[in-house]
Amino acid sequence: MQASDRFNINSQLEHLQAKYVGTGHADLNRFEWAVNIQRDSYASYIGHCPILAYFAVAENESIGRERYNFMQKMLLPCGLPPEREDD
Amino acid sequence: MYLYNLTLQKPTGIVCAINGSFSGGKSQEIAVARGKVLDLLRPDDNGRIQTILSVEIFGAIRSLAQFRLTGSQKDYIVVGSDSGRIVILEYNKEKNVFDKIHQETFGKSGCRRIVPGQYLAIDPKGRAAMIGACEKQKLVYVLNRDTAARLTISSPLEAHKSHTLVYSIAGVDCGFDNPIFAAIELDYSEADQDSTGQAASEAQKHLTFYELDLGLNHVSRKWSEQVDNGANMLVTVPGGGDGPSGVLVCAENFVIYKNQGHPDVRAVIPRRADLPAERGCLIVSAATHKQKSMFFFLLQTEYGDIFKVTLEHDNERVTELKIKYFDTIPVTASMCVLKTGFLFAASEFGNHGLYQFQALGDEADVESSSATLMETEEGFQPVFFQPRGLKNLVRIDQVESLMPIMDMKVINLFDNEETPQIFTLCGRGPRSSLRILRPGLAISEMAVSQLPGIPSAVWTVKKNVTDEFDAYIVVSFANATLVLSIGETVEEVSDSGFLDTTPSLAVSLLGEDSLMQVHPNGIRHIREDGRINEWRTPGKKTIVKVGYNRLQVVIALSGGELIYFEVDVSGQLMEVEKHEMSGDVACLDIAPVPEGRQRSRFLAVGSYDNTIRILSLDPDDCLQILAVQSVSSSPESLLFLEVQASVGGEDGADHPASLFLNAGLQTGVLFRTVVDMVTGQLSDNRSRFLGLRAPKLFSAIVRGRRAMLCLSSRPWLGYIHQGHFLLTPLSYETLEYTASFSSDQCAEGVVAVAGDALRVFTIERLGETFNETMIPLRYTPRKFVLQPKRKLLVIIESDQGAFNAEEREAARKEFFEAAGVGNNENGNVDKMENGGDDEDKDDPLSDEQYGYPKAESEKWVSCIRVLDPREARTTCLLELQDNEAAFSVCTVNFHDKEYGTLLAVGTAKSLQFLPKRSFTAGYIHIYRFLEDGKSLELLHKTEVDGIPLALCSFQGRLLAGIGSVLKLYDLGKRKLLRKCENKLFPNTIISINTYRDRIYVGDIQESFHYCKYRRDENQLYIFADDSYPRWLTASNHIDFDTMAGADKFGNIYFVRLPQDVSDEIEEDPTGGKIKWEQGKLNGAPNKVEEIVQFHVGDVVTSLQKASLIPGGGECIIYGTVMGSVGAFLPFTSRDDVDFFSHLEMHMRQEHPPLCGRDHMAYRSAYFPVKDVIDGDLCEQFPTLPADLQRKIADELDRTPGEIMKKLEEIRNKII
Repeated sequence: MQASDRFNINSQLEHLQAKYVGTGHADLNRFEWAVNIQRDSYASYIGHCPILAYFAVAENESIGRERYNFMQKMLLPCGLPPEREDD
Repeated sequence: MYLYNLTLQKPTGIVCAINGSFSGGKSQEIAVARGKVLDLLRPDDNGRIQTILSVEIFGAIRSLAQFRLTGSQKDYIVVGSDSGRIVILEYNKEKNVFDKIHQETFGKSGCRRIVPGQYLAIDPKGRAAMIGACEKQKLVYVLNRDTAARLTISSPLEAHKSHTLVYSIAGVDCGFDNPIFAAIELDYSEADQDSTGQAASEAQKHLTFYELDLGLNHVSRKWSEQVDNGANMLVTVPGGGDGPSGVLVCAENFVIYKNQGHPDVRAVIPRRADLPAERGCLIVSAATHKQKSMFFFLLQTEYGDIFKVTLEHDNERVTELKIKYFDTIPVTASMCVLKTGFLFAASEFGNHGLYQFQALGDEADVESSSATLMETEEGFQPVFFQPRGLKNLVRIDQVESLMPIMDMKVINLFDNEETPQIFTLCGRGPRSSLRILRPGLAISEMAVSQLPGIPSAVWTVKKNVTDEFDAYIVVSFANATLVLSIGETVEEVSDSGFLDTTPSLAVSLLGEDSLMQVHPNGIRHIREDGRINEWRTPGKKTIVKVGYNRLQVVIALSGGELIYFEVDVSGQLMEVEKHEMSGDVACLDIAPVPEGRQRSRFLAVGSYDNTIRILSLDPDDCLQILAVQSVSSSPESLLFLEVQASVGGEDGADHPASLFLNAGLQTGVLFRTVVDMVTGQLSDNRSRFLGLRAPKLFSAIVRGRRAMLCLSSRPWLGYIHQGHFLLTPLSYETLEYTASFSSDQCAEGVVAVAGDALRVFTIERLGETFNETMIPLRYTPRKFVLQPKRKLLVIIESDQGAFNAEEREAARKEFFEAAGVGNNENGNVDKMENGGDDEDKDDPLSDEQYGYPKAESEKWVSCIRVLDPREARTTCLLELQDNEAAFSVCTVNFHDKEYGTLLAVGTAKSLQFLPKRSFTAGYIHIYRFLEDGKSLELLHKTEVDGIPLALCSFQGRLLAGIGSVLKLYDLGKRKLLRKCENKLFPNTIISINTYRDRIYVGDIQESFHYCKYRRDENQLYIFADDSYPRWLTASNHIDFDTMAGADKFGNIYFVRLPQDVSDEIEEDPTGGKIKWEQGKLNGAPNKVEEIVQFHVGDVVTSLQKASLIPGGGECIIYGTVMGSVGAFLPFTSRDDVDFFSHLEMHMRQEHPPLCGRDHMAYRSAYFPVKDVIDGDLCEQFPTLPADLQRKIADELDRTPGEIMKKLEEIRNKII
């Protein structure tokens, strides 16, 4: 593989990562991965009304409150990030 | 196995609703999204909501918005869905369809985090639309019109911001300046990096204005300012001369007015006095009302209270924001204020309401204002209020909603009914109910009156052809005729000219204004001036059958002679022709006279030799046979049904005029065939079994069109609805004879005789598949079981975060005492203000209206109810104590026969889901049935170390899924005795089905596990499981090797154990080796195979194998959270599979779904669709334009008529 190719693939990846939030990379850590999964899940719950209603029945809250709670949880879906080991 | 999916009841819940004038002009319509269905509703003149159009879009609608181009009279609908496309629809009034004007693709399909579709905002002047996602992406489309005044849409302009969550967007009304959109945004980029948590705690929501520069065609961030961190919703404030512009930011506990360059104006949302202090108060829906001189907002909180918000402003300067308590209605998903003075409230759960405004809340009431806002050290001073009865609104109609269906069973519990009923547990909290669904139309009975004998027939007759209403009801008895005159009241008259000493065979209007009575011995012709002409039968012959319309009469004499009469120009009834038939005539019918013609051309004669003949009535070939049709048994009754040509419109699709001949046969079959309007040839036969008696056919008027009533062992109505011919049973008793009825009080009624009573009724809610009977329940129903022998239902209900009945009663008493004291002190004035008369009503604070007061989340209320559905009566209700909540129920017969059938109920105490699932104890209660099963007595209660979410009777013992452990219990004296257990299940057991010695266990997250119980070794072991992770929500046992399941994401699937594996396990030649065989990676040694897979698009909560028609094949019936009921019918022939899969393929190509989602991709949203043909798509065939229908039909080597017949046939197999 030539150097230019690698550069090319990398730049493509970077482009993808910039365009599609949540696209992984080689150095992705467990926390970042989980955060992405959780945010995707919450967005999906909010988007699918029947699922939102299903949660609302389970928790005995209104659908509007449930939607708001899920949006709020997207801020820190997995708690605080771990301390960085490098740098 | 191939299955045919058909939705029987479309979703009844509503996701969002918008109002506007979609058909143009002054009319007001409501467009509602019901998940995968887009409906157009309109309140009619009587204030009842009518569905004008309902389209399945095969996608998930997430947001709707309406806009209007300046100067236009018509609103367009913008749809944000999961298709990755923005779609603009226009309602086409002429064809009654939604026309797709634009469809612009911007991203991937599916409900994704950064693909727009979740939010929609419109520039109030209709110049631009913004569509946004939960995170990052927002796109702005410029809307304009071209030279031909057609709507145009630009390419998208990006208003993205990375690492930013969006809570709400709204258009800002800034007149004809550049359009501005507002968004509540939250940047999370720093919080993700900062491990100390400081950044997260400092994360601040911002209100950002995006300006679309129409000149530069560019979107820029114009302004961004911090906003309350509880902000969740934006509401546009009118501007551009009508108001101060800007937005209302709804936040937890506050409403804040914000605009660029304007200081915040903030007011608190008044709180219910009984609300726990830690609970916030969130606005969940909003509606704006704008008139020329004023505007106000209605905001509804999550508890159902509506507040009227008004702004005091001085041009662009807002001086005060007032929030005044308005009324309380059940929590809505959307509210629409119609210009006609109605409020449409789309409830999030339960029935939707249409309310009329009685007042605009101008009277004094609890009010909070920005001017009186008090800030203390603990924050802002709250304002309290107590909900009261409706003062400003009055409910005038409700639209039924089954949402959410929690459990469902199909069974016939009523002795006097032929078809099974669907019992559904619906709703939530105080609005819960058991609803009994019966296939058929609801009727509303207007009058029942006893007659002096057993009547044999009934007719209604007008005095003049131009009359609007009927003049007489004529009832025939075995030897007499009774004439009733219709006026203010219905009373007997004797001056009508009808012969009352003989039975009648027919009574009708003849010519313009004379009446005819046919009796066995002749025809009596009563002229308008009272002259009577009598035609007598020759010899000893009597008239046996009559066929007639307004200008023609045919009689059949005993022996088989036909005599044909016509009304001539002078109004005289003249004999025209005679004809001798080969034998006695069984029935006769003449088609009505076509518009502008002198006579109808066809006479149908049914004979006892099992034939139907079409005879000509033309003068040239009078009484010549044109066509002969042989049928399976002798016809009892005949009816021509003419379908007028239609070019669409609100009641139908585009179709040419056609004439149908219907025949009710002795065997109870309705035979239907098309009559060629020129030659009289018969073609395209269809038959359908209606009931045990030979159907008698009558014509009726439904919505101004001719329809057909068929009286078999139950009555049926055949009518055209939105282009389909529907034959639907009426939910009414067996009738003998009927006639259409029209009077002042009731424009389109039906009069019928049955037994010795005369009944008048109207048919309601046309087009609906089911009619429902509702029995209210106390808390959210969870599950129910049936006692088949005694035909009683046992229902368990539980609610989190609510007070139990005694606490609620005490609180209520306290409130009324307090209110009473207040009244005494302040005298009469206060009483008037508090709505004195409201308090006199029986239940001024009904929980159904106001909801249960909120309690802490570890508090639970729950009850076990025994209900007799036949009398709609609760025979026993046990309220559980100490925060115990019931989650599972089953009936069990233990080996020890001492008690007979017992009831097992699984409960949990102080269950909490958040932050982590916790509980203090789990129990299994065993109850004994007393008084014929009508009441319950606790036998004992066994504490278990988990929550028993699944219970099942098994070989004289009780199987319980307790957390991840499957346990087998036997009955002891003091408690249940554990006999055996298996701990190898992955997460939580939520369902157990058994068949012979196999146990099918459903895990909450890991699909099915097939187990076996070895009695000799007393061991439970898992021998097979599924390889997919499935978040199971419902399960049903199909056969020995097959299970049907539904998962949380809206898929239904069937799994089957391969035949060879199944045989091997049953034979087990290795003497128990299989039992010890270990699978790989902690799984079971064998895997089940997925044989059916289908994405329903809605969370399925119950599945059952049942047949909805007597003698019909079994299908799988499912109920969903959105309140829809559907069915899967297994195909029985390969030909049908081929036909329908080809039809489905062509439909996919020729008629892609309305909102831009690909049909195949939608049905395969999570797993590729397998062996299911989507009947909902196939059934859209009749709504296609005629040329497209022909094109598809040609490809399939059929005619469009044959395809529709196939569709009708397969639907009739299900319901």
